[in-house]
Order: sequence, then C-alpha cells, then structure tokens
Amino acid sequence: MKVYGTEIASRLLLGTAQYPSPAVLAEAVHSSGTEIITVSLRRETADGSGAGFWESLRETGCRILPNTAGCHSVQEAVTTARMARELFGTPWIKLEVIGHSDTLQPDVFGLVEAARVLSAEGFQVFPYTTDDLVVGEKLLEAGCEVLMPWGAPIGSGQGLRNPDALRAMRAHFPDVPLIVDAGIGRPSDAAQAMELGMDAVLLNTAVAKAGDPAGMASAMALAVEAGRAGYEADPMERRDMAVPSTPVLGLAEFA
Amino acid sequence: MITIAGAGLAGLACAYELAQRGAQVTVYERGETPGTGSVARFAGGMLAPWCERESAEAEVITLGSRAFGWWAKVTPVHRRGTLVIAPARDRAELIRFARRTTTHRGVDGVEIGELEPALAGRFAQGLFFEQEAHLNPRRALRDLSAKVQQMGVEIRYGTPAPARVALDCTGMAAPLPGLRPVRGEMAILHCPEVEISRALRLLHPRMPLYLVPRGDGYFMIGGTMIESSSDRAITLRSLSDLLSAAFALHPGFAEASVVETGAGLRPAFPDNLPRLSEQGGTLYVNGLYRHGFLLAPAMAEAAARRLLQETSDEDHRERRTA
Repeated sequence: MKVYGTEIASRLLLGTAQYPSPAVLAEAVHSSGTEIITVSLRRETADGSGAGFWESLRETGCRILPNTAGCHSVQEAVTTARMARELFGTPWIKLEVIGHSDTLQPDVFGLVEAARVLSAEGFQVFPYTTDDLVVGEKLLEAGCEVLMPWGAPIGSGQGLRNPDALRAMRAHFPDVPLIVDAGIGRPSDAAQAMELGMDAVLLNTAVAKAGDPAGMASAMALAVEAGRAGYEADPMERRDMAVPSTPVLGLAEFA
Repeated sequence: MITIAGAGLAGLACAYELAQRGAQVTVYERGETPGTGSVARFAGGMLAPWCERESAEAEVITLGSRAFGWWAKVTPVHRRGTLVIAPARDRAELIRFARRTTTHRGVDGVEIGELEPALAGRFAQGLFFEQEAHLNPRRALRDLSAKVQQMGVEIRYGTPAPARVALDCTGMAAPLPGLRPVRGEMAILHCPEVEISRALRLLHPRMPLYLVPRGDGYFMIGGTMIESSSDRAITLRSLSDLLSAAFALHPGFAEASVVETGAGLRPAFPDNLPRLSEQGGTLYVNGLYRHGFLLAPAMAEAAARRLLQETSDEDHRERRTA
C-alpha cells in the first residue's frame, strides 16, 4: 500500500489511547506488526506536556500519525494539526472534526473545509469521514489522497454497519487508498473490511480494551492479512442453492 | 540514622516501617505541613485492589491486600465495599468490568437500593466488591505524620533535603529514567441532601467517575488520567465531565457546592507499577501512580527491609575489615 508516496507493508494501523499502561501498549504495537500508530493530541497536552508518553511512542520505531481527536470545529482542528506538525515533525495528520457528541460522527462540512486549509499548508491529510461518496469526492478535491471511512461509531466495536456502502466506495474510488477507521470490534470485522477490498484498517479500542491487548493485536494482524489475501484471491460469489462438488447424476447403484 | 527526602505518602509510610524496626529516621520536607506538596492529597483514598485489577497488573492485588490492616492501625478505614454501577445503555461496560475482575458479586436494583438507599430505583444492575474500603487521604496523611513523630521520627518541615539521602520519596521530582507524570483532576462537592456511604464507581465509556464519601456531606469525585506534565488547574472539559457524571449518578448533586477542585501529577513507570530502585547510593520508592494508598504500605515494607538489611551488611563488612 502506498500513501502519500510512502510504501507501507503492514495494513494494520493502531491507535495508542486507553491502554492499561505504556508497557502494555508497546507490547501490543510490537505484536501487531504495525508500522503506523496514531497519537491523540488532546488540546491540553498540545503544549508539549505529554512528552513523557510521546517519548515511549517514538521508542516503538513506528511512523507517527498524529490526530485531531476531540476537535469540534475547523479552527480547533487546524490549530491542533499545526501543533502536531511542530511536535512530531511530520506533515501527516489524521483529521477528525467531530460533529455529534454522542455518536462522534464526523462533521463532514467542517472536515472538507479543514482538509482544504491544511492541504494548502502542505499537510498530508488522512480524513476520518463517513462512507458517503459525495463527501469522499469533495475530500479528494480538497487535496486528500487517502480516505478513512468509518465502519461504525468510534469505540463502539459494532463492526461494519454498512458493508454495501464500503463496497460502493471501493468501486467508486478504485485507485484511492481506503482505510476503515473506527468501529472494528473483533478480528472478523477487520477481515471483512479487508475482504471488501479496503486497503487497511485502523483500530484502537478493540485492542486497548481487550483482556489481552497484545494477543488481540496479533489476532487483528492475522485477520487483516487473511482478509487481504482473500480479497486478492478473488472469492467466489454467494449462491442460494447448493452446488455439490461431486455430480448427483449417474451414481452407481448397489441395490 | 536514615534520611528520607519527602514527607508525602511514600516518605511517611517508609518512615513508619523504618521506625517500627527501631531505626532512627529524619524526614526532610520542603512543604510546611503534612502532605501540602504531595499529590496524595488529591487521591480518592480507595483501597480497591480488586476493582483496580480491571486495568492494572495482578500485583495490585498481591501487594495491595495488606493495605487494609496497615492503614487501620493509623487512621479510620471504612470497610464498606465498593459499588460499581452503570447507566442502562452502558451495561456492556459492566459486563466487561465483571469479566476483568474477581471477588465481586452481581447486585440488582433492589440490592443496590438496600446498600445505598439514595440510589434506589436509579440503577438496575451493579457489582459489589464487599471487601474493599476507603479512607480520607488528607486525614490519613495527618494521622500518619503524627504517628511517626510519636514513634520518634523527626520531620523537618520547610527544609530541603541534603544532597545525599538514604531514601528518596520525592515523586515526580526524582530524577529516575522512565518515570513519567500522569495528570489527574478531581473536585470536592458538598451536598448534605445526598447520602452515600461507600465508594461508588460509575462506569461510562467516555467519562467514568468515582465518588468517595468524606463524611459530613462531603464527597470527592475523580479522576481523570491524562498523559501530561502540566499541573495547571482543572480544565473546563474535565470538570464538566466529572460534574455531569456526578449528576448522572444522582440528580441531587445538581445542588451541590463545588468547594474545591484540584489537579496533580501522579508519578508512574511504563508498567504503571511502583518500583524500588537504587541510584548513586540512594534508594528510591516511586511510581505509585494511582495506587498510592493501596501500595505504599507494601513498598514501604520492602524499602525498610532493604535499607536495614543493607546497613547491617555494611556494618558486618566494616567490622570484618576493622
């Protein structure tokens, strides 16, 4: 997978929030084999006061994708993105503009606007969006080269609530990297996303809140790999009737 | 003579364990009164090893189980258990919490009402950790400093520690590799019309809350966990989350006075467990994280054993060479 000119081998991206401890987080990152971890830049730590924690993230050796989690307006998101660029020295930004405080659904109008502002400033924007095709087009026009549609609300672990919409996105944007972000709860959800032809999966809570985060991280990695291999192997279509693998006519009669 | 830097929770607990073993102890404290400079005064004061196991390693139980008896010798310990509840739509949180912990029993709405009449009819399901307890952290710090002084420990308030001490208990001020601050924020409410007698935890995917009664209508609510080295006053976001959660627990809290808010930095190592470590001839007790009152007794015992053991080894060697 190539994103903004960078070749990425692992198709699993991991969030770094809510783990029981930085030690458990480091273990999970290691066993997931991920190359990209996202970091939430809560506005209150954006003054650099989260340095101790961030240092432990840098030690994982992963590429860091800072995010604007928790931002509810274009201005907030843009300001946070600028701080992230300074703190982490990367043009990458996972752009979240939250529109609804209960479902954490993205405000797609603000998202497009913020993406336009940030792209013009040289950022490489990874937008957390819905599975709406028109919004996807507007984001590409705004300068995004990757789309991150949700599978279900953030942290809900509901899996893919609308697989048909994701399939439509794949068909509509055949050459744009698509990363399912949010909603993955179990390895089968991740595998399903990959079977639909998504390029990667980004998840956090499913691993962080598992009883054994490192174990779940490796299960997710296996699922992502299996789902991708299944997609590339071109799976058969579903049928309503049974199709026996041996002929039903002409059986030998023994009576 | 054993010198200790810091008369916070760790320093006082170590002084107690050392004095108990007959050692002469002097504690240096920059603050003027017990616990003023200590993050422990913002603590909940819950002795809740089984609840904490939800997100902590198993050591919180093995090390924490001795805290009940230890504190009871020093300060009032209220052994009333912990009640864990969740709003109806967050039942999944309760199921998850139950799966990650032990030593609890499920309670229904009727039992919740029997345990805490103020909550009758408000919650349909919960978990009761009967063996857990709570104490008042500020009272405990005062009682502990009085106790160690009775035992002959000298506490020099308003006095920086000498360059070299035997034991360093200075929390975030200690120069230890891997030590990081985890910011916590809390508030104290005064609300005589709501009567709650034990520590409560309200589970919520985004704003979990604990509430600990302090007596006389006072309640402590907390506590955020933020990877930050800033000890500025509580933020509006955190305060509004805590207050909304308190209101969700009982609407009577709408009339509470917010008598205090606070923010402090918990010292923590990468595994969020405390450590004894030695550096430049000084022993450090640090990294108590959010388990200060729970784990300080065990860490203090270990520190005292190590210090006195080493001193006697040293004496032995000196005698031999003499």
